[in-house]
Amino acid sequence: MSTTTEDRPAPVAEKRSGGVTAAASNYLDERTSISAVVKEFGRKVFPDHWSFLLGEVALYSFVVILLSGTFLTFFFQASMVEVEYDGSYVPLKGVEMSAAMASSLDISFDIRGGLLMRQIHHWAALLFVAAIGLHMMRIFFTGAFRKPREINWVIGFVLFILAMAEGFTGYSLPDDLLSGNGLRIIDGMVKGIPLVGTWISFLLFGGEFPGTAIVGRLYTLHILLLPALVLLFIALHLVFVVVHKHTQFGGPGKTQQNVVGYPVMPVYAAKAGGFFFIVFGVIAFLASFFTINPIWNYGPYDPSPVSAGTQPDWYIGFADGALRLIPPHLEFVLLDRTWSFNIIIPLAALGLFIVLALIYPFIEAWITGDKREHHILDRPRNAATRTAIGAAGLTFYAGLWAAASSDIIATHFMVTMEGVIHTLQAVVIVGPFIAYFLTKRICLALQKKDREIVLHGYESGRIIRLPGGEYIEKHEPIDEYQRWKLVSYHDYKPLMIRPNSRGKISVGQKARASLSRWFFEDRIAPPSRGEIEASHGDH
Amino acid sequence: MFRTSRKAGSRKAGRRSPLASVSLIALGLMLSGGAYALVSSSTAVADTASTATQATVEEGEKLFQANCATCHGLDLQGSDAGPTLIGAGEASVDFQVGTGRMPLQANGAQAPEKPVQFTEEQISALAQYVGSVAPGPAIPEDQYLDAEGDASRGAELFRVNCAMCHNVAGAGGALTEGKYAPALTGVTPTHIYEAMVTGPQNMPVFNDANLTPEDKRDIITALKFQENAVSVGGHPLGSLGPVAEGLFLWIAGMGIIVALTVWITARSN
Amino acid sequence: MAQDGQSTELTASGDHDEVETLSPGTAVVSSDAVRDPGLPPHRLRVTDTDPKKAKRAERVVYTLFYLSLAGSLFAVAAYMAFPIIPEDLLSVRLNNMFIGVGITLALLGIGIGAVHWGKALMHDHEAIDLRHPVRGTDETRARAVEIIQEANEESGFGRRSLIRNTLIGALVAFPLPAVVLFRGLAPEGEDPVELLENTAWEAGTRLARDPDGTPIRASDVTIGSVFHVIPEGLAEMEHMLEEKAKAIVLLMRLKPEDLNEEESKKDWSYNGIVAYSKVCTHVGCPVALYEQQTHHLLCPCHQSQFDVANHAAVIFGPAARPLPQLPIAVDDEGYLVAQSDFKEPVGPSFWERH
Repeated sequence: MSTTTEDRPAPVAEKRSGGVTAAASNYLDERTSISAVVKEFGRKVFPDHWSFLLGEVALYSFVVILLSGTFLTFFFQASMVEVEYDGSYVPLKGVEMSAAMASSLDISFDIRGGLLMRQIHHWAALLFVAAIGLHMMRIFFTGAFRKPREINWVIGFVLFILAMAEGFTGYSLPDDLLSGNGLRIIDGMVKGIPLVGTWISFLLFGGEFPGTAIVGRLYTLHILLLPALVLLFIALHLVFVVVHKHTQFGGPGKTQQNVVGYPVMPVYAAKAGGFFFIVFGVIAFLASFFTINPIWNYGPYDPSPVSAGTQPDWYIGFADGALRLIPPHLEFVLLDRTWSFNIIIPLAALGLFIVLALIYPFIEAWITGDKREHHILDRPRNAATRTAIGAAGLTFYAGLWAAASSDIIATHFMVTMEGVIHTLQAVVIVGPFIAYFLTKRICLALQKKDREIVLHGYESGRIIRLPGGEYIEKHEPIDEYQRWKLVSYHDYKPLMIRPNSRGKISVGQKARASLSRWFFEDRIAPPSRGEIEASHGDH
Repeated sequence: MFRTSRKAGSRKAGRRSPLASVSLIALGLMLSGGAYALVSSSTAVADTASTATQATVEEGEKLFQANCATCHGLDLQGSDAGPTLIGAGEASVDFQVGTGRMPLQANGAQAPEKPVQFTEEQISALAQYVGSVAPGPAIPEDQYLDAEGDASRGAELFRVNCAMCHNVAGAGGALTEGKYAPALTGVTPTHIYEAMVTGPQNMPVFNDANLTPEDKRDIITALKFQENAVSVGGHPLGSLGPVAEGLFLWIAGMGIIVALTVWITARSN
Repeated sequence: MAQDGQSTELTASGDHDEVETLSPGTAVVSSDAVRDPGLPPHRLRVTDTDPKKAKRAERVVYTLFYLSLAGSLFAVAAYMAFPIIPEDLLSVRLNNMFIGVGITLALLGIGIGAVHWGKALMHDHEAIDLRHPVRGTDETRARAVEIIQEANEESGFGRRSLIRNTLIGALVAFPLPAVVLFRGLAPEGEDPVELLENTAWEAGTRLARDPDGTPIRASDVTIGSVFHVIPEGLAEMEHMLEEKAKAIVLLMRLKPEDLNEEESKKDWSYNGIVAYSKVCTHVGCPVALYEQQTHHLLCPCHQSQFDVANHAAVIFGPAARPLPQLPIAVDDEGYLVAQSDFKEPVGPSFWERH
């Protein structure tokens, strides 16, 4: 690994005469070869950009989740045995509830710092999924998923799904009224799956809903299987980050062949290490001052009651919203079997959405046919079609997400619930198209503006009166560093189809050509040297 | 009272003014006069309530003819604009008028709570008038309104019978076509009780065979416990559940975090 | 200007110019592109030029670390100073808040201090790493291919096809027992379809209040009332919660003239009193929001709406089927009783339902 920073001698442990530190380093190195690790990674360079820290937020929240979660396991009882609550919270005294609920209440009301840990755990979980979401948006809109990082996008996507599963299993553990109704919804959804639904539900709940098994089973998933998978995929994800080295935004001196930034030791270690404590601190701050999931309000699960405003945590909202937006009567009895299209349609739509997002890198690679490695990130405007597709996807997701709070939107904005649902149905179906066209136009307009600035300089704000009495605003040329930022992007042309060796055009090629036209028809090429020179003098 | 005492505070700042002493005296007079008026009027209410029932009913009838009869009919028989009040009972009138829902200001999905239009004795007169025409649910007795029943039992009854509309924390919720179940915080025990027995608007009736007066007392106890309890986890975010939490996390939590990432990666100058 | 990316011959040598030889697909490679001006000149920070500012930054950093130290100690002190007093909610609040504040301070002190140290005081020159193509060098790849060929040669994996194929077969088959084992997740000898089709209601079961279990007289149910109902004796049943999840019922009384009943179900109600399953036919939430004037039932989970006056038909939302009606009658003592179990399965749809 070659770096161009001044070469300070690395603290290699060959010197014997250096006091305790040197002796300890030597001892360690002779047994672990640690010096090679320090040599390899100590000066590894990471580029600096705020959005590059979003993945770290996710990682650090996960560490916080592990720490606080471990504390909680010491007190939580994952059992649905009926007990009579006899803790400190008066309005639940004497109420029959599961041991899971009772122990969750004890954590909240009878163990010092227990409530704090519960709230840290839950806020960190919300932050974990949110940070993954933002991180994915950054990756998508900057094109960081392009070769060689397609597989890492898939790994990250799996992590996103695992995180949601972690969240949902955890949300269900206290066996309170809110999460119990959440499980009830899962049960109903599963039963709607053709052919296997009834049996999946029967096996999942260990008999009929609610049964006495589900909390224990979810607990095993929540604290054993899913965390192990999350850890495994995080490890894979990070290995690939090391192998690929981090992407960077384009800029003067930044090329496909280098990484410009700060070395791990010491600057990056201080910043990233410090950032862990900052993320943890922010979570602790939220947990100290803001209530989350007050299970004592909800009471124990009982199949009869339900609360107004029964919603899942935010990251399951899109699925709940999809269930809400389906119009009535989409269920048929056909061939003596029930086809619940009010369940099948949302499941299929979400499945398709997830799969499309998952394989998007491969689709784009196929369309462009670009086999080069890409380490310089796109500015979103310079990949107008991709950005527009992303905006459309986000609009679809946001519409579903908002639908999960349709009742709360109705009461808080004094509108009818039916109106909210009809509006959101329109948003989910028409919204993505509107978002697509708007975003694409905005991107192209921004590209044109960049081009304008490169060719004719920026508006200086100085008005000059010409001898003829005419007023013009003086445009100042931009310096070459800023100019480089505006012109250094890749530009693609629509694919021209050529017949293959047998003189034919395959269906795949035709599809690729039309997709390519869709992607790159409205291209705005970066200004070339010739254009810049030609433009001098005409502003 | 509150307003006058605030005035006193602002006057203090202007003590140097030559008018200060004059205004102070005036203020003193206002305060004592106000207090006197308050005391005497409350005793007056007590007097009329206990003695002049017939007079009150007549007073109520006048008020009814002037303010309610347009919709509810001169003989309480109702009209296209409002339901009959025969058998509505005193409790119903006390609830509807005492929470400002009646008289209706504008036609809408439902009558919203708004500032009360009548004095206590006027409401009482109206209620007695409506109660005198035909019997109906009466004003609840004080023994059920003390909020000192069994909170645990009340909370369970509340979850089964009320929480689906009013939310487990009494934060309210949506109904169909723009109607809503209002939040229950700050509602007096009397009004809670009256709402249960009379079933205002689209709320079902919970008669004494369904929820006994003792049950209702327990429910009120649970509500008042929750209302007065310290929110142990910190700010309750409106007790609206995961939606409020998710929104808060995205806006405040993510906001802080992203601001910090910008700070961390910004070059120091 | 390449038009297509079909040619990805692995021709390049190991150096990083090789990237250029991979097909750019439909990308436009311009010979007239603007040239990279290279890294801009380094800009010094005030802490680099002004020793006073550097000193100040140093002070800020160690003050933050001191603050963190204080925060940790404060959290420990708060743990002792604000214990939880049973049944005192304020004590829980204070415990949560003060321990939390201490921990927050401790964490943010370290974090902000370390970052500030890194930003303001640590060596600030940007470093450059060179990238190498992710693919291995040609020698590495050649060697890897060689190793695999040798291994194949030495084991006969490709040659001894029967060994290979039977091994693959065995590997595919060996997880099968695990699949079977998971059958044990649910009790054997029970058929979910049969269970879903029956509830605890039987002919003559009295309708009782939830949660007390006291029976309800027809005369108790006044117009505009709604009763949340369970079968009498539910509390003593073996699988209480499972039975309750299916047997919950909503009892309402409408004016008989408001009630539009199907001809075949005319005798399922009593005097305007109707009983409907409280389990939503969508995904099973309790449909418990009854509007006594519109006679609409609303599910708070996904906003399905049912019209009680019109045999609980779906009028809005994702549900497809009306709520099943429980046929009711009155016994000798005036109590409401079920005429029979529900005539159809309650709750969410399932595949075998018909």
